[in-house]
Amino acid sequence: MSTFGKPVLDVRDLHVSYSQGDSRTTVVHGVSFSVQPGEVVALVGESGSGKTSTAQAVIGLLPANGRLESGSIRLNGEDISRWSAKRLRNIRGAVVSLIPQDPGNSLNPVLTVGAQVREILELHGRIDRRDADRRVIELLAHVGLTDPELRVRQYPHELSGGMKQRVLIAIAIALRPALIIADEPTSALDVTVQRRILDLIDDLRREYGTAVLFVTHDLGVAADRSDRIIVLQGGRIQEQGETAAVLAAPESAYTRKLLSDVPSLIIAQPRPAVEASRAPAVVVRNLVQDFDLPGGRTYRAVDDVSFTVARGTTHAIVGESGSGKTTTIRAIAGFQKPTSGQTLIDDFDVGSLKSGSLRQFRRKVQLVYQNPWGSLDPRQTVRAIVEEPLLNFEPIGRAAREAQVTAIIERVGLPAGILSRLPHALSGGQRQRVAIARALVLEPEIVVLDEAVSALDVTVQAQILALLAQLQRDLGLTYVFVSHDLAVVRQIADTVSVLQNGRQVDHGPVEQVFNAPSSAYTRELIAAIPGRKLPRATALSTGSIS
Amino acid sequence: MTRYVAGRIGQAVLVLWAAFTLSFIILQAMPGDAVLIKFLNPEFGLSADQIREIRQAYAIDSGVLVQYAHTFANFLQGDFGYSMQAGVPVSVQLATNLPPTLRLAALGFGAAVVLAVFIAFLSSIAPFAWLRNLVQSLPSLFISVPVFWLAIMLIQIFSFRLKLVSVINPGPWESLILPVATLSVPIAAPLAQILIRNIDEIRTRPFVGVARAKGAGELHLLWRHVARNALLPTLTIAGVLFGELLAGAVVTETVFGLNGIGGLTEKAVSNQDLSVLQAVVVISAAAFVTINLAVDLAYPFLDPRLRTRNGA
Repeated sequence: MSTFGKPVLDVRDLHVSYSQGDSRTTVVHGVSFSVQPGEVVALVGESGSGKTSTAQAVIGLLPANGRLESGSIRLNGEDISRWSAKRLRNIRGAVVSLIPQDPGNSLNPVLTVGAQVREILELHGRIDRRDADRRVIELLAHVGLTDPELRVRQYPHELSGGMKQRVLIAIAIALRPALIIADEPTSALDVTVQRRILDLIDDLRREYGTAVLFVTHDLGVAADRSDRIIVLQGGRIQEQGETAAVLAAPESAYTRKLLSDVPSLIIAQPRPAVEASRAPAVVVRNLVQDFDLPGGRTYRAVDDVSFTVARGTTHAIVGESGSGKTTTIRAIAGFQKPTSGQTLIDDFDVGSLKSGSLRQFRRKVQLVYQNPWGSLDPRQTVRAIVEEPLLNFEPIGRAAREAQVTAIIERVGLPAGILSRLPHALSGGQRQRVAIARALVLEPEIVVLDEAVSALDVTVQAQILALLAQLQRDLGLTYVFVSHDLAVVRQIADTVSVLQNGRQVDHGPVEQVFNAPSSAYTRELIAAIPGRKLPRATALSTGSIS
Repeated sequence: MTRYVAGRIGQAVLVLWAAFTLSFIILQAMPGDAVLIKFLNPEFGLSADQIREIRQAYAIDSGVLVQYAHTFANFLQGDFGYSMQAGVPVSVQLATNLPPTLRLAALGFGAAVVLAVFIAFLSSIAPFAWLRNLVQSLPSLFISVPVFWLAIMLIQIFSFRLKLVSVINPGPWESLILPVATLSVPIAAPLAQILIRNIDEIRTRPFVGVARAKGAGELHLLWRHVARNALLPTLTIAGVLFGELLAGAVVTETVFGLNGIGGLTEKAVSNQDLSVLQAVVVISAAAFVTINLAVDLAYPFLDPRLRTRNGA
């Protein structure tokens, strides 16, 4: 460390707490680290690890109920932890700037892009309007936005997520700050966009010599992009050091656990090939779905998609946002009639079912959604949530119902005591288990999982994936698994369809699609997955896995 | 865009027609007969034959549908019929009574908006927590104050005690000060409440955090980033509150003894002067519909997201 010069950022013994009602909870316990000029330091951890609170404290943007309890934050040698709000304003944006998490909500919807980039120039010193406008266009061009003269007049909703993040990066680099705090800058973006944005941050950092404090939950991203890594758990640093060294020989058990739970493209045991003798459970034939747009035009969301899922196997539908994944599964679940083509389940054409038989059909096909926070009624107990599907079909006795609910809760690995709890008292993983129990209580044949593990931390994600595999073996379930995450798909699926703009660009057994993708798009998707520098991947490829 | 505007105007016309028809049905169904109330009065000393002639002249005994068509056609041409009680065309009565009410309503509404914005901003940037809490509790207090009581208290304090505003032969603008104040309070309260809630909500949005990270101060944030976003949903409520304004104007005019639609309505109700009532209902509905149409059409100018969606 002493070989470096003066650090840009030096945090010592940082404590941050939040108030909730009358009580205060400390979420960051004595965190110390430093960032050298031009260095990328990754703050890695799962939700609740205190990584975001640490970053917010550094830029003085803790939420209203958050408080910096003690510790020092030295920026270029000066302790800013006790500075007044007014004094902090002078350094925000100029010395330390922010690339936020969610580009979709991070630009003011009623101001033009140009006005929002110009704002940071105007806030720090007098600048002629014409000079400012010229500088804004330069900045937008610099972050790789095409047609910057047009962009300055556009509003945020007219740009894609990746373009918005470029605008936010232009704002962050406008005054050439010494330190940029990137708070999960790509977690809301598609994987190919993510790669381009991360490359951009890398390029600009090298060009300007800016240091980056990179907050992420994604060990793959941290491995590929950071010089040093800090692993946080429960508000305490588990370990820190050179990224390559930490990942090659992690000292703490927690880091080892995190590393082993990251889904990887290279898997120890490929799933056995699906026997040709298995009967098909789901057949999708030439599915086409159009939506009407105002002005009499139509938008083709799904364009000629066909696949067959054998009973007891998992078919993954992979694609980025707008690829038609969700529309395809809505047709399978009978939520909308296809424009043309068929979805056959047990030889019934789902699209031709009338409301009565459609209801009976729903017993066979159940859905698990992405967001375990939004899909459970906050006012119902777990028992009521899991019991509800049973009440919608032919009546069975109270005792029988109770027995079924208890059995299914046990099957998804939850303690019986959880039945009387409300969703808010459960963790994310527990909620997703409840959602799975609710889907399984009707003893369906087919379960459609819509990004069912995407919102979960990696360690929880690994547990839920293991549970899904166990349930499939025990109950002979057929899964249709929608995901944007190719690494997860590699772990769980037997066959896969890759969708791009509604078209099926690749289709077949997972091994075949991953090892010899037929489309350029699939190759790009696979190449964009972060984590190439994760040591496990190299260990596996040389065949030395223990 | 033109399709959107045409659609909204069409809806507005439909609402107006429905208001006319409903009020016609209700007023027709009312027991009693304005002609009998007025002309059976022995002061006139009319014979039964003469009353029959008057009834024919007003087409009172013809079928309801004929009367409906007759009145509807007249309204379309701006002819609101004759006031039974005053014996003058309703349009003449409206011409004298509408302008003062409009002036009162417009000033009252303007004052309410200023008051609401002031309360909402103060509750967000006032320096001390106790002061912010105090300011935030003002709207609830305002809502619970009855309009007539507030009017009387204002007269008591400002005219009789402090002698700041004269109530006896005041000037044309002086006479408006207290009524406008009275009228603005119950309108400002819900506006301020919604504005405060919106400001609190908008302040938690990520884009406000981004602006703060640029180095923006609290006032700059409030003015440039929060205010416009917070005002958008408030605008809809402001349109709806216009109905409140008309109701408030009736009470206010009565308490302060002002000429206006309020007084006219009150007299028409007690005399069952159907033509006047029908005209007041339709005029109020027209005002209400126009304000809300204006609000709807103003949205695309204030919120760029609506511009492209409707322009498609």
